[in-house]
Amino acid sequence: MRNDHKYILEMIEPNSRVLDLGCGNGELLSLLMAQRNCRAAGIEIDEKEIYKCVERGVSVSHGDIDSGLSDYADKTFDYVILNESLQEVLNPEKVIAEALRVGKKAIVGIPNFCNLNARLQIFFLGRVPVTEGLPYKWYNTPNLRFLSIKDFRDFCLERSIVIENECAFGAGGKIPFAHNLLSDIAIFLIRK
Amino acid sequence: MSDPQFVETQHFTFADPPNELVLKSGVKLGPVTMAYETYGTLNAAKSNAILIFHALTGDAHAAFWHKGDKAPGWWDPMIGPGKAFDTDKYFVICANIIGGCKGSTGPSSINPATGKPYGLRFPVITIEDMVVAQKRLIDHLGIKKLLCASGGSMGGLMALKWAVLYPDTLHSAIPIATNYKHTAQQIALHEVARQAIMSDPHWNKGDYYGGELPAQGMAVSRMIGHITYMSERSMEEKFGRKLQGKEKLGYDFSHDFEVESYLKYRGASFVQRFDANSYLYISKALDYFDLSEDGDLVKVFKGVKTKFLIVTFTSDWLYPSYQSKDIVRAMKANDIDVSFIEIDTSYGHDSFLVEINGQSKLVRDFLNNAAQSVTS
Repeated sequence: MRNDHKYILEMIEPNSRVLDLGCGNGELLSLLMAQRNCRAAGIEIDEKEIYKCVERGVSVSHGDIDSGLSDYADKTFDYVILNESLQEVLNPEKVIAEALRVGKKAIVGIPNFCNLNARLQIFFLGRVPVTEGLPYKWYNTPNLRFLSIKDFRDFCLERSIVIENECAFGAGGKIPFAHNLLSDIAIFLIRK
Repeated sequence: MSDPQFVETQHFTFADPPNELVLKSGVKLGPVTMAYETYGTLNAAKSNAILIFHALTGDAHAAFWHKGDKAPGWWDPMIGPGKAFDTDKYFVICANIIGGCKGSTGPSSINPATGKPYGLRFPVITIEDMVVAQKRLIDHLGIKKLLCASGGSMGGLMALKWAVLYPDTLHSAIPIATNYKHTAQQIALHEVARQAIMSDPHWNKGDYYGGELPAQGMAVSRMIGHITYMSERSMEEKFGRKLQGKEKLGYDFSHDFEVESYLKYRGASFVQRFDANSYLYISKALDYFDLSEDGDLVKVFKGVKTKFLIVTFTSDWLYPSYQSKDIVRAMKANDIDVSFIEIDTSYGHDSFLVEINGQSKLVRDFLNNAAQSVTS
């Protein structure tokens, strides 16, 4: 199982209702259905991925995250997941607000743009960093937003969003301290 | 490829007077005959039945071959052994709608009161009436709950209507390239087609049986229909500005372009295979259709437990995707399990008949999961 999926599974209570924004091929949702007995739904923009979701028996809507959330009433879900998708949306502030409207809690997974590796690449190589969490070149990255763990914490603090849990990790597994310096990816469990 | 499979159309008659079918308009109709075909075998638990609804000019012959025919049924690429609606696993049923002209009771049927074809004495029917009649057939076959109902275009409307009318009898549904109500543009296009038929002197207020057929009116209505079933891109790809049977422009009003002769051919052959009055009645039923009735679509889906897969096509401008997205939204508001996909294709509204690869994969996998959840 992918590390990020393992840590997200740890955060989710059994028998929950879950919406995955940018659910890709539905792998995480099918794990949540099988191992956490969750009722799961996804939104995905890539047509090819929709076929894989349907094959897995994951309910999915073909569309973009920015507009797909308006379909749901307040607090429809126990968790709304934005794993590796927040940095690809046009309006992340609105998407977080909407995620916390339709979900009681949200789980946000972000690539950390400011870990030691990235900082060294910028400082010594003078080039935009390519790391484990951000494997793309400037010209082919799907990412529209670049943020660090500290940036996301500030974002939450400014909006009175509570961070219930923060899990940071790299290729070798969880990072116990100095998240912003040492981890490639962080997953936050947040609520309003 | 396996050998071609043959099928014969069967008939079921009900609603003999005095127990006629009471239509939505309040008018009684009876006796009512339904022409239908079945493919595959109904299992002992009667839990593997799938009902396919046809589109405006379709019929009960959805798959397999009729002896002597040059082509199989209209959705044969989708229905058969090992195909999306896999007849090795499922029992697939398709019936001609009432109001049609392919074996089910319609305006060209004999009116028992007069001994002559109904013509315009046939009552105006609705999509709901068509669905109610099909429910009688499914009851007759002893099936309590369908594994799935599916269809494209008008067939999709009927699948939606069934889910709303009989929520406990439908496990899953796949409405394709459809809508929940006919919009002004859809009504307008139908009205042009109807006017073309009714302005043909041979139409004779619907009383043309045994005489000359309103061929010209039917041809024009079919030409309009075919334009709306394609997309600008698919027409450009198929015809472009290619000339038909000539090297240069003729500078007259015989046809020059391939697209003109294609439409003429389609129009001319239509009158041979379809009844003009049926076209009027069915197109009217479509235009009357509004699943929401009082405008509140969210309310309509209350209590529906059917699991849906809704399919649309990017180039379908006759039943554009946003209309299906409205359906998805109303379903989500009712906590209905729904998946939605917009397949990228240039074939326009006809995609549901010709875009087979994507649809086959979706339907096969969706049915697999639906069948598993029925047995588990």
